[in-house]
Amino acid sequence: MKKPMVQRQVLAATALLMSMGVAHAQDATAEGIAKYRQMLQDGNPAELFEMKGEELWTQKRGPKNASLEKCDLGKGPGVIKGAFVELPRYFADTGKVQDLETRLITCMETLQGFKSEELYKAAANYGKGESANMVAMTTYVATASKGMDFALPQVNEKEKTMYEVGKRLFFARGGPHDFACSTCHGVDGQRIRLQDLPNLTKNPGDGVGFAAWPAYRVSNAQLWTMQKRLNDCYRQQRFPEPKFGSDATIALAVYMGVNSKGAESIVPSIKR
Amino acid sequence: MKTSLKIALIPVAALVLAACSSSPTGADLDKIASQVTQSSFQAKGQAGMDRLQQDDANRLCSAADVAGQPLDDKAAQAIEAANLKTVKWPADGKFLGDWKNGEKLAQSGRGLTWSDKAGSDNGGNCYNCHQITKEEISYGTIGPSLYHYGKLRGVTDPNSPAAKAVVEYTWVKLWNARAYNACSQMPRVGHNAILNEAELKDVMALLLDPASPANK
Repeated sequence: MKKPMVQRQVLAATALLMSMGVAHAQDATAEGIAKYRQMLQDGNPAELFEMKGEELWTQKRGPKNASLEKCDLGKGPGVIKGAFVELPRYFADTGKVQDLETRLITCMETLQGFKSEELYKAAANYGKGESANMVAMTTYVATASKGMDFALPQVNEKEKTMYEVGKRLFFARGGPHDFACSTCHGVDGQRIRLQDLPNLTKNPGDGVGFAAWPAYRVSNAQLWTMQKRLNDCYRQQRFPEPKFGSDATIALAVYMGVNSKGAESIVPSIKR
Repeated sequence: MKTSLKIALIPVAALVLAACSSSPTGADLDKIASQVTQSSFQAKGQAGMDRLQQDDANRLCSAADVAGQPLDDKAAQAIEAANLKTVKWPADGKFLGDWKNGEKLAQSGRGLTWSDKAGSDNGGNCYNCHQITKEEISYGTIGPSLYHYGKLRGVTDPNSPAAKAVVEYTWVKLWNARAYNACSQMPRVGHNAILNEAELKDVMALLLDPASPANK
């Protein structure tokens, strides 16, 4: 019932955006994107992922035929609201700093009996098979913290170490173009072509940078989580591929998340 | 043998203990970051693990960025001298090619990612960061505007002796930007074989040819 309406709105909004072309200067483009986002506000396609995620979360699945409703995302078993804006964080049971996507795998293993190696393998094939389910559940859990401010804990020694490691990765230049994350995201007010670039070395504002993901991407009709966002950043940096859920991806998320302290999560947002 | 092994183990044990009981030092964190990097990435397509290896320029500039302090003068000069040595001058002594092809190369941001076919044509990525012509309004601002690049520098005939210094400076800048600015963010287009000699000449023409739209 909901799907066709959402699709119609996306089509109308996309047509509006395309009709603007690049004939006007960047101000007009930014205005057009804002208008376009407004049009989609009541019918963000990300809601479809969220709804699917909620269904999967409460559904009995896996070898143990259990739901994920007892999953501990850092605020105690079963607490979803507010969990996302405090992730990645340290978990004593795994002895690791985990983001939402890797913590979800821990819960799917312990509660439902899935094999984590297989889930990591599936996650690497983004948006296909079981990865599509994990993306939906990530969207569902993240959206439960919509409107809340990021407040990642920096209490455990491992959380502090991950921040420092993330900072080093953020500034690490490499590849044939000598690019680092900081090449594009190190200072205020810069653009690639017409695309504004958030400064991720500090809080870039509500719903900007780290606080804008997961997001629905209109250009490819995909829902992108932070893991996917980082993967594609590194592709464009001409680096080799960061493995799904690897320490480098967690460390960078801690660095950006801690820097975004106080930024409001507008998840799930819409990107071009 | 046994004694020397024990002695050798003492500093390691002390380091481990120190790491457990107190916060890791900057050097410890550098080491952890490098281990995390090695274990977190995998080769894909043409993007091999060798791309994670940093030369002195990248290693020192990254460290300076982490520290939030500019590189000291001595280190900066050493990087610039080493990178200047990498510059190869055009074999036939001609610096300018076809600005029309230069514009195409400036527009393209393709090449060398793991999803690009190995050996496919690379773009110059120029417009991603620079304004160049008045006609192209979709330009980035990470680098300075290059609109009227030749005109502002008084280049009326790129082949004249008067233009020699500017022409040669520009060639070095494109070949290896770190030769003039140790921690420049600009890719080392010639040095890292992003564009070949003929393509670099075409980009040179886009910037310096009086007939190029960049100078209109």
